[in-house]
Order: sequence, then structure tokens, then C-alpha cells
Amino acid sequence: MKLPIYLDNHATTPVDPRVLDAMLPYFKDNFGNAASRNHAFGWVAEEAVEKARKQIAELIGATSKEIIFTSGATESNNLAIKGVAQMYAERGNHIITAATEHKAVLDTCKHLEKEGVRVTYLPLKGDGLIDLDMLKESFTDKTILVSIMYANNEIGVIQPIREIGKLCKERGVLFHTDAVQAVGKVPVNVIQDNVDLLSLSGHKIYGPKGVGAIYVRRRSPRVQLTSQMDGGGHERGMRSGTLNVPGIAGLGEACAIAGKEMAEETARLTYLRDKLKAKLESSLEETYINGTMEHRLPGNLNISFAYVEGESLLMGINDVAVSSGSACTSATLEPSYVLKALGLGDDLAHTSIRFGIGRFNTEEEIDYTADKIISVVNKLRELSPLWEMFKEGIDLSKVQWTAH
Amino acid sequence: MAYSNKVIDHYEHPRNVGSLDKSDPNVGTGMVGAPECGDVMKLQIKVDPATRIIEDAKFKTFGCGSAIASSSLATEWLKGKTVDQALEIKNTDIVTELALPPVKIHCSVLAEDAIKAAITDYKKKATPVETTVSA
Repeated sequence: MKLPIYLDNHATTPVDPRVLDAMLPYFKDNFGNAASRNHAFGWVAEEAVEKARKQIAELIGATSKEIIFTSGATESNNLAIKGVAQMYAERGNHIITAATEHKAVLDTCKHLEKEGVRVTYLPLKGDGLIDLDMLKESFTDKTILVSIMYANNEIGVIQPIREIGKLCKERGVLFHTDAVQAVGKVPVNVIQDNVDLLSLSGHKIYGPKGVGAIYVRRRSPRVQLTSQMDGGGHERGMRSGTLNVPGIAGLGEACAIAGKEMAEETARLTYLRDKLKAKLESSLEETYINGTMEHRLPGNLNISFAYVEGESLLMGINDVAVSSGSACTSATLEPSYVLKALGLGDDLAHTSIRFGIGRFNTEEEIDYTADKIISVVNKLRELSPLWEMFKEGIDLSKVQWTAH
Repeated sequence: MAYSNKVIDHYEHPRNVGSLDKSDPNVGTGMVGAPECGDVMKLQIKVDPATRIIEDAKFKTFGCGSAIASSSLATEWLKGKTVDQALEIKNTDIVTELALPPVKIHCSVLAEDAIKAAITDYKKKATPVETTVSA
């Protein structure tokens, strides 16, 4: 077993060697510009792009023409939300999203608020799911777009996308989903799910960084977007810029592999995740799973180890790469807003660890990680005044703390 | 984030972990911070009443590696000092010794607060002017 162990597959994933093989020819030998229509160099590049478009479309139940390439999901989310807000401004100016969305969605919405768009940020239920009744009540006659992520990047909770899509369809409101964590991991079908716009990214599915795509529905309804960049009018005018051919070839191959191996991979990741969970829960008391286990990505486990601060835990397991919802690990020094949105107290958010198990993790690595976590949590609890008080039977919520 | 070797050393081998008897009149206890903020330090000193020298110091900390290291270092420095000398320990001394980055300065502030809180508690107990002793 090689150290360090990578268990942060929601942040990014390594490129699958098969994906790399699909990309390599397009750097040097087949370097053509896919927009060069009048020579062989361009044709070869275009062929690679169209193959990838088809591979992506197949994975999500779309048609090739509905796939627009971007630099990644942040751009896809910006294009979807700003593009709709501007294109459909005459129809309305209200967007509904959720408090636990990725910053690429939330900050895009905040940007639009400054331009007069009204945004509703739905709170979440304690299990991490959207309250559909609350969503129903949030629609107004000015609502033009709902943007709800398919699966959450911290707690892995999968939203009832099909039901949300249906509610939108019934009201003639467009539905965008940031499906970065879901595509290639769980079955996604834009027709059955009633999705009009969908963002996806290469590097979350064992493809390269710097490439992503957006699905834009062409039929019932035909969705139009105001482009966010001026230029050569590539990608049906929605996204100008010379196509990243090697990246696109890699993204296509990554989608093809994910689709082909999804069932097998899901079973394997679920087994590893459940084993990790069982080991941790049987050896450590006062652990709390964040978000429902029922609707969750197979490789995700988000767990709080009460009375042990997350960053100090990460420090103790420095040969295992995971992430924490602790304030100390964030740039803003605020604990995870996703965990807070579940109604989790700041104290539990500070003690949370996110495991993201992926394609290349082994059972041996999971066993090693579990043992290591257990020993470090026990060590840090011996060091924790809160653990001592808990063991003395003191109710920590009644203690007068000297907050600073 | 890269920690200094001294922070790592204190984290891996924390000095003086534990608890002293809170009800001992020669023991002062300071507890600062809050779980919601992500750090709580408990620091205790045991003072020789004759010499006013701190003969023992213990800590327990819930917090990041820098918080653990700051309080561990504080207990090391406290031992052998008089109460008055202990009051001279500044958070900036801890920052320098552990090479804490700017985002971790609050950990050193918390450690200084913990020292002051423990000494205040000790003085309150040791001065028989106030007869009401709170637990």
C-alpha cells in the first residue's frame, strides 16, 4: 500500500489512464483546431470533439447537439444561470435555489441580485434534502429558473431531482442542476429527470481539469441562453473560444467509462463506504453522520467526531487526504455553510470529516484509514476538555462559554 | 497548511496533558473559548503558597494543531515561574516560538487568555477576602 492515501474524491479525481490515452494524440500529432473546416487537421479534431459530445450525451440521456463544452462546471453554472436570467428577463426576474449549493451557483445568484434579480435560497431539511412543499410555495409568476444541485459535494445527499423537475415543468419554469458530483456516479437522465440545463465537469469523473460541459435542452422547451463571452460564436453561439480538444476527448472517454462501469463501481464503493462507516461507528462513540444515508452518493461519508476539532484530526492523519468542515480548514475561517444549513450546530460542523472514496481506492486503504482515525480520535479526546466534561456528565449546551 | 516543526512536535507529544483537582485551594483553573468557535482551552496551575511559584501546570485543549501546541507550550513555560512572572507571558512570545502563521494568531491569544484566567481563578481562591467560593 502506498502512502499518502487519497480519499478526497469529491474535490478532484486522478485521471484514469484510459482517459489519458484518449487525450494524448490530440496534443501533438492531431493538434488541429476543431473550427478549421477546410483541412484534415481540423477534421480530425472535429471528429474527436463530436465523438466526445456523443459519449457525454449518451451518459445523461441527451442528444449530441445539446452538449456545449466549457472550461468546467463553474463556467457552466455561470452560463446557465446568468444566461437564462438575461435571455428570459422579459418573462420574469425570480430564481429559486438552495442554501447548500456550490459557491459557483450561490455567488452567481448574488451577482444577479445586484442587477435586480430576486433570488429565493431554500433552506434544507435536517437530512439534507429539499422540502418540496417549500419549493412549491416559493414559485411566483415571475419565477424563470430553479437551480438545485443533483448531489451535494460535502454530504453527498442526492436531491429528488425528478420531482423538482416535474414541479418546474408543470409551471413552465426552467430547471438547471449542477450535476458535477452525480454525473457518472449515479444514473442521470435529463428526459426522465425533467432537466433543462445541467452542468458537469471532467475532473470529478477521472477526466482532466479545465474542461466541462453544459447540457442545454433543445426540445420542449428549446432553451436559449445569452452567451457570457464574445468571440467566434463557437458552440452554437453560446460559448465562444477555441475548443480544448484533448480535454474534450478526455471528458468524453471519462463519461464512456463511467457509464459502462457504473453498476460495478457503485457496488464496490458502497461496500467500501459502508465498511468504513461500520468500523468507525463500532469503535467510537459520539459519532454523527451528516445527511441522510438513504439518498447518497456511493463513495461519500460525512461524519462528525464530537469533541474533536476537525483540523487537529486531519493533522493526526496526515498520510490520509480527506477534508473537514472545520472553520480552521476554510479560507473564510467559517465552519461549513452546508453543515450549518442542515441545522447542525457550529460545534458539530467543526468536528466533521468528509471522506470521498473513489475508483482507485482499495479495501486495504479503507482499513488503514479507519484504524488511523480511531486511534487519533481517541488520542485527541484524551486531550479534549469537552470530552472530559461530557464524560463527567456536564451538559455542554448549558455551560457559559467565553466566546472570543 | 504547513506547520512548523515545533507545532508538530507539541501536537505529537503534548506536554503536561491532564487535569488537576479543581477544588484544591492552590489550584487555579482557566477555561477559555467556546465549542462553536472551534477551540476551548482548559489550563490549570498549581501554586506553592509559600513561594508563589507554579509547581505544576496541566492543560486540555479542543482545537486545531496550533491551539494544542500553544497551550502545551504555555504549560511548559508556566512551570517554575512565579505567578507574577507568569502574567508577563505574551501571546506574541508564543507566536514567535511556534512560528505561527497570521491566521493562527488567535490560538496564541487564547493561550494567553487561558493563563490569565487560571491565575485570576487562583488569586480569587487564595485571597480569603471573598468568602463565597464558586465551584
